[in-house]
Amino acid sequence: MALSREQIAQRVAQELQDGYYVNLGIGIPTLVANYVPEGMEVMLQSENGLLGMGQFPTEEEIDADLINAGKQTVTMAKGASIFDSAESFAMIRGGHVDLTVLGAFEVDVNGNIASYMIPGKLIKGMGGAMDLVAGADNIIVTMTHASKHGESKLLTDCTLPLTGKGCIKKVLTDLAFIEIKDGKFHLLERAPGVSVEEIQKLTAGELIVPEHVPEMTF
Amino acid sequence: MAGFDKVVSSYEEALAGLEDNMTVIAGGFGLCGIPENLIAEIKRKGTKGLTVVSNNCGVDDFGLGVLLPNRQIKKIIASYVGENAEFERQMMNGELDVELTPQGTLAEKMRAGGAGIPAFFTATGYGTPVAEGKEEREFNGRHFILEESITGDFAIVKAWKADRYGNLVFRKTARNFNPMAATAGKITVVEVEEIVEPGELDPDQIHTPGIYVNRLIQGTFEKRIEQRTTRSA
Repeated sequence: MALSREQIAQRVAQELQDGYYVNLGIGIPTLVANYVPEGMEVMLQSENGLLGMGQFPTEEEIDADLINAGKQTVTMAKGASIFDSAESFAMIRGGHVDLTVLGAFEVDVNGNIASYMIPGKLIKGMGGAMDLVAGADNIIVTMTHASKHGESKLLTDCTLPLTGKGCIKKVLTDLAFIEIKDGKFHLLERAPGVSVEEIQKLTAGELIVPEHVPEMTF
Repeated sequence: MAGFDKVVSSYEEALAGLEDNMTVIAGGFGLCGIPENLIAEIKRKGTKGLTVVSNNCGVDDFGLGVLLPNRQIKKIIASYVGENAEFERQMMNGELDVELTPQGTLAEKMRAGGAGIPAFFTATGYGTPVAEGKEEREFNGRHFILEESITGDFAIVKAWKADRYGNLVFRKTARNFNPMAATAGKITVVEVEEIVEPGELDPDQIHTPGIYVNRLIQGTFEKRIEQRTTRSA
């Protein structure tokens, strides 16, 4: 079975480490915050200028001056700090964020990512995504493996305008956990009940399959 | 106004000298920390042909979006747009020139502009449409592109508190682009929720020193929320 959005988030959360500063993109990545393992401390960075993002506020706590990068009202966690946008991107560009999780439309075997624009259809802008992919070393891209029509999103060459070049090393889809190196996709894990053949069929770029591909565990 | 006193008495006075075809840098992220009354004053004034530099462009009836129906904005430099139908319509019809700029690059362009640095190298955008036509260079085996800084004829800024000398304190994530915008305007106009006497703010707690501020006005704010998300108590 393909993973649900929640399961994708749950699997990403297994990559967290105690003391990590983490930037979570909009969509599935945001859900990762719900699966931080018990007893582990991570601090969420929101690129509009907040380190230590807390949960959503109660009605009484709502503050128009306190939002996250998705423009949602939030709270601050204990030990939070506030800063301006230049400082925020100094953290990001300077490689100080330990883990970045973000979505994409396409990735390819050379670690290129397209996530911000579909010419003629969706032209809203890159927001902070280009800075995040250029600045972070440890990035996990979360996405569905293929479109609703069965077209692979793991390609030999991205077809859409790029968000970043050669910067993606790990991709977690609803079917597989994949590493990108030496110009190839490498299958690390498969979703429970999903066969290697299924993954192979929906991966357009070259996929290296080791002899044993473990199923993800939750 | 005398000495270091930056306080003006009306929004009209605050934006005196703003003319057609000027560049205006605006603070704010989404609708958070936007200089909403200064934007409303630009609408009232009817200034046209503006180049606006701002992370976003408001929504249809609030923030910078209110300058769209009368075509007051000629060009916008922003990282994320299209939260408003009119914006999308003007962009698709080629009536509005949109220069999409990565958010961190935009912040740094303002910061550098205010700090007298004409350009800087960043890895952000290398190998993407953003790099087109820009100089590329390699440092320590990594690729970078040259981005030019930005200054404005005016900067419009929202802060929480100020003293009469224009020393500013921001509140929570309403800070965002405001401190950089404040440094990058030839004329920087700031609206705040409260103005106190010089000496009342702790110098250690001031986010933006008054040297960057030319005009200061106290306003009342709607502070509209774009995405009202809550949890049950």
